[in-house]
Amino acid sequence: MPLPANRPNVRVVTLQIDGQDLSAREDETIIEVCREHGIPIPSLCYLDGLSIWGACRLCLVEVTGQGRLLAACSTRVTEGMQIQTNTETLQRYRRTIVELLFAERNHVCSVCVSNGHCELQFMAQMCGVDHVRVPHRQVSYPVDSSHEMFRVDHDRCILCTRCVRVCDEIEGAHTWDVMGRGSDCQVITDMAEPWGDSDTCTSCGKCVQVCPTGALVKQGTSVGEMVKDQHFLPILARRRHIL
Amino acid sequence: MNLDDLADLAKQYRAVDQQVTREIRVCVAASCQSSGAGPVQDALVTALGTELPDCKVKGVGCMGLCSAGPLVAVAAPDECLEEATLYRDVTPADADDIIGTLDGAPLERLHCPTNQPFFARQRKIVLEHAGLIDPDSFKGYVAVGGYAGLIRALSEMTPSDVLREVTTSGLRGRGGGGYPTGLKWSTVAKMPAEQKYVICNADEGDPGAFMDRAILESDPHRVIEGMAIAAYAIGANKAFVYVRAEYPLAVERLHTAIRKAKRSGFLGNKIADTQFNLEVEVRLGAGAFVCGEETALMASIEGLRGQPRPRPPYPAESGLWGRPTLINNVETFANIAPIIREGGDWFAAIGTERSKGTKVFALAGTITNTGLIEVPMGTSLRDIIEVIGGGIPGGKAFKAVQTGGPSGGCIPSQHLDIGVDYDSLKTLGTMMGSGGMIVMDETSSMVDVARYFMEFCMTESCGKCIPCRTGTQQMHSILDRLAKSQGTRADLLLLEELCEVVQATSLCGLGQTAPNPVLSTMRYFRDEYEAKLSDA
Repeated sequence: MPLPANRPNVRVVTLQIDGQDLSAREDETIIEVCREHGIPIPSLCYLDGLSIWGACRLCLVEVTGQGRLLAACSTRVTEGMQIQTNTETLQRYRRTIVELLFAERNHVCSVCVSNGHCELQFMAQMCGVDHVRVPHRQVSYPVDSSHEMFRVDHDRCILCTRCVRVCDEIEGAHTWDVMGRGSDCQVITDMAEPWGDSDTCTSCGKCVQVCPTGALVKQGTSVGEMVKDQHFLPILARRRHIL
Repeated sequence: MNLDDLADLAKQYRAVDQQVTREIRVCVAASCQSSGAGPVQDALVTALGTELPDCKVKGVGCMGLCSAGPLVAVAAPDECLEEATLYRDVTPADADDIIGTLDGAPLERLHCPTNQPFFARQRKIVLEHAGLIDPDSFKGYVAVGGYAGLIRALSEMTPSDVLREVTTSGLRGRGGGGYPTGLKWSTVAKMPAEQKYVICNADEGDPGAFMDRAILESDPHRVIEGMAIAAYAIGANKAFVYVRAEYPLAVERLHTAIRKAKRSGFLGNKIADTQFNLEVEVRLGAGAFVCGEETALMASIEGLRGQPRPRPPYPAESGLWGRPTLINNVETFANIAPIIREGGDWFAAIGTERSKGTKVFALAGTITNTGLIEVPMGTSLRDIIEVIGGGIPGGKAFKAVQTGGPSGGCIPSQHLDIGVDYDSLKTLGTMMGSGGMIVMDETSSMVDVARYFMEFCMTESCGKCIPCRTGTQQMHSILDRLAKSQGTRADLLLLEELCEVVQATSLCGLGQTAPNPVLSTMRYFRDEYEAKLSDA
């Protein structure tokens, strides 16, 4: 039998998500399949076009036969997989995680430039967080406005590292990274120098666009004015991949 | 080289010290050194002088009874620790007396009987040479039969024979998880890759645990031999030992051992005149507990930030630099040489149904005999604490024993009669862990214990995933309030809820197990939490 011109090296599998029968390529992750079919799964660190980080734990799903919850962003689909994305337990866990995030730093929506366009705010609404039960951590962080176009406010950072990844993987500058550990982690530019003094930053602004909150913003924006555009990312990432 | 050649070599090395009929063994492992073994060794060498050519002062590894250090044993070269005359709490001033009584009755003032249960009740496999051989001597290791496992594997066995032997032995990972070693090895062996790696995890970080340190300081060649056998079995030619920089002595001895093994043709290219090559490299950890987690450890070796990544893919499939990687703990590798030498069936006959062999434990806390012990799996906790450990000093009552470090839990007195193995500890809400045992008496507050371990997890969290990063911090603040009698019933409920969320949602083992000390103390000592409530 002659070989097909394009030898298929990935198979297509069928699986069930929330009772819905779906098909997917076996190299796809659960979250990709969910997004494709409009099944809502909350997530913060995941962004189409960037590498998988698996840290926000909001996209955890229940997979039948698995003892542990699995992150939808870092788990590939397999044949016959049965997935539950929105059980009561998952909802409760997600609510607690979002509450923990709100309590970690100083997220006051009413005075934030990203108010109304913030992914953390959207997650809170989606997960039904109407109040925060844990005490706020109350640690103050400085604001770095040394860059002529952008500003970083660590008080609104959720440490999703999208900025770190986009800068390294798409722009290729690797200006951003993380220092410290535990709750003291902080995103830094170069060797924890002021952003404005950075030799490596190309001022492309990709980090600002992918930041889910008001941590990275354009200078000169006021409350609710910082609208972000992330459409460039999957296009750029795929073009990169083809070349 | 075959086993006969190795036996000849061992005979040749033994002949070097033929005229020596008595050895004065001074423990030079870290715990005895910290209580002054170095000056004691110097004083003994000076006191011995050159008058007795049949007598030799020798630095050896850990003899186990660390609380009585510095330890000095006087014995004939082929005598084991139980047959030796053991002296405890030796100071440099005692050197002349020890040398003076070499031919007479033992010095009563310092004598430490070796027929006591602490020594008599142990069964040593991993620590068989600890306290007998000079850890810095390659010849000393070969003289007692070292490298016979490696030579047997290379000259008489195929890689699949080795895998079968390890699988038959029933050995399970000694780092804490208890994953079957044979299964892990054969998974990596089956991976169709050109390049594979072996990693020895020596990033021991649990508070109160020092098994890996003692093994590396007492018998480093044994770990190297185990790694070489593993590399042969899975088809790797490069190995790493990831050891924490806080163990300078272990690092130094490892370096020496690797250098000497390489010089003698037991590492490097064409090992023992076969086609098998292996380079071993030592990498130092910079003090992060999370780097003991395998994916974080590999990131650290690659030069990246020591943070875990989601699994799967497991290291067996995609590990170091994306290659199939076998990663085992120090104690696991230390078990390999005897398994190959004596056979898997011999090993499988020791221990319990599902946990084979022996386990090294580090006894710490309020217990008479603190130190290092090795007992068969299934030995009861009561035997370990009351018989081998000598019970609680000062007439106080036993309250709980903490196993598994910050990932484990506390076991109260009503469960002391269970035999220690991987599964029995799990049913009690704790885990084997790497083998640290912290004994607590009636004066310890369990809320304080939980707070201590939570503080540890909080400061050691890498900060990657949210539940561990902020959850441990919130749990610690609640425990702190409770410990200060400022907590309310609502705090207690919130603490329970946070425990559940952090356990279920954290990315790596550190976060998933961080609530265990809280959960287990709440399970057995809930009254202590209740008593501390401000609105009780």
